[in-house]
Amino acid sequence: MILARAEQATRRYGDVLALDRVDLDVSAGELVGLLGPNGAGKSTLLNLLVGLRRPTGGRVLLFGGDPRDPAHRRWVGVTPQETGLPGSLRVGEVVDFVGAHFPDPVPRAELLDRFGLADLARRQTGGLSGGQRRRLAVALAFVGRPRLVLLDEPTTGLDVEARHALWDAIRAFHADGGTVLLTSHYLEEIEALAQRVVVIGQGRVLADDSVAAIRGVVGLRRVSLTADDLPTLPNVVRVERDRERIHLLTGDADQLVRDLVTAGVAFRDLEVRPTSLEEAFLTITADSRPADAGVPTTA
Amino acid sequence: MQYALAHARYQLLELARTPVAVFGSAFFPAVAMLFFVVPAVGDNAVGATYATAAMVTFAVLSANVFQYGVGVAEDRAQPWDPYLRTLPVGSAPRFAGRVLAGLTLTYLSLLPVVLIAALLTEARTTVAGFALAAGTVALVSVPFTLMGLSIGYALPSKAAIVVAQLVFFPLAVGGGLLTAPGQAPAFIEAIAPFLPTRGAVELMWTAVGDFRPEPLSMIMFGVWIVGLAALAGWAYRRDEGRRFS
Repeated sequence: MILARAEQATRRYGDVLALDRVDLDVSAGELVGLLGPNGAGKSTLLNLLVGLRRPTGGRVLLFGGDPRDPAHRRWVGVTPQETGLPGSLRVGEVVDFVGAHFPDPVPRAELLDRFGLADLARRQTGGLSGGQRRRLAVALAFVGRPRLVLLDEPTTGLDVEARHALWDAIRAFHADGGTVLLTSHYLEEIEALAQRVVVIGQGRVLADDSVAAIRGVVGLRRVSLTADDLPTLPNVVRVERDRERIHLLTGDADQLVRDLVTAGVAFRDLEVRPTSLEEAFLTITADSRPADAGVPTTA
Repeated sequence: MQYALAHARYQLLELARTPVAVFGSAFFPAVAMLFFVVPAVGDNAVGATYATAAMVTFAVLSANVFQYGVGVAEDRAQPWDPYLRTLPVGSAPRFAGRVLAGLTLTYLSLLPVVLIAALLTEARTTVAGFALAAGTVALVSVPFTLMGLSIGYALPSKAAIVVAQLVFFPLAVGGGLLTAPGQAPAFIEAIAPFLPTRGAVELMWTAVGDFRPEPLSMIMFGVWIVGLAALAGWAYRRDEGRRFS
């Protein structure tokens, strides 16, 4: 059963094309990660799926119907932006208020306990730390006993311990049969949680595959060195020059370094760093032209 | 209805945490009473009663147009508002909840006006008249609530403040709220029946005294309610949060 679907969904903001003919199906029981840099269109896609915005082209379906109809949002849980929680209300009041919109909400104490917020029920949300607010925001997605939760960067700004606690809560929900669609900047987070990854860049779906397959695509290393001249090297996805500094993006840094040595290149100040997702996405995005919608691959 | 109550409770909780907001909406009508009504017609029973009823209408107009116009526009700019729109409840309970909370605040803001009228002027009405007037306040709030909601949902907050001010004063003067029944300049008497403020104040006058409302004012009052309800519903539906281009 498909819980959320986008069919050729397109969304423009004025001249900006935020989403460009996106197709996406999320089936019951899946845990799907939506990965992409800032401005890629992840949040726009989520906003379409929960009915906050209308697609300018194509259509979106939630539980088989228009998400702008409240009845179709009955089984969906969404996180608010934690900066938007009403600061003067207490944690327990916010939970009760959101729960009042659902026929069978999780009792306040149980929900707060599950997200490690039990001691904070009497605190005003404006007085919470950023991490506590984030946890409350995620907890709110689960108050209505949803079948599908849409989590927009659930652990941004959390410390490691809190992040892992939240991952456990998401995993437990999924193990009980819940369906999850989450966005993240972090490949690590997607790897820890998701089975399937959808990579979005410049408003388009660049890849939709298993976690392992995506890691192969975006798991690039950046090899930086200073050299006058370089021969053409295999396994190099992209070359950037910054004055005398040369940056090589590669899927296999070990082999590239061996090749550099074998080729007798006079280099100095060698550095090997993992690329940020942002860099990896830029590479993918730069490689794929609008004409070919296929999965880009590294050499 | 349970959703509406949840929204009303939430709104009032937020208000109660910043009590100065309640104080602010009660202050202006009270001062207007002290400055305009008490010295001018305070010792004339009929005049003071009508003037108090007009001031109450004035307070209802200002409380609702500003409370909703500015309050809704500001809420829409907060990320909490789009979140609420993802919950499985449509627009009607949110409207209703807001209105319940707004009505509560409106009544609170009328208390000083009524106290000043009772203690410092000769304004008098019967118990039945008072009860009728209290109920009439709720009816009279309807078009101005819808007007405020329309402004709040249609415009960003900075524009909403300006538009609320622009519509508020002409409606108050043009509807004859600042003049006794039949005492306004001729052109105001001519346009007044077509404004919602006139129908509103006539209903208030009828509740507290021997006034008989004009059919034209009553018809136009109903027309305004229908028109503003359509406008508010339209503005709510087209709203997708704050707009950027």
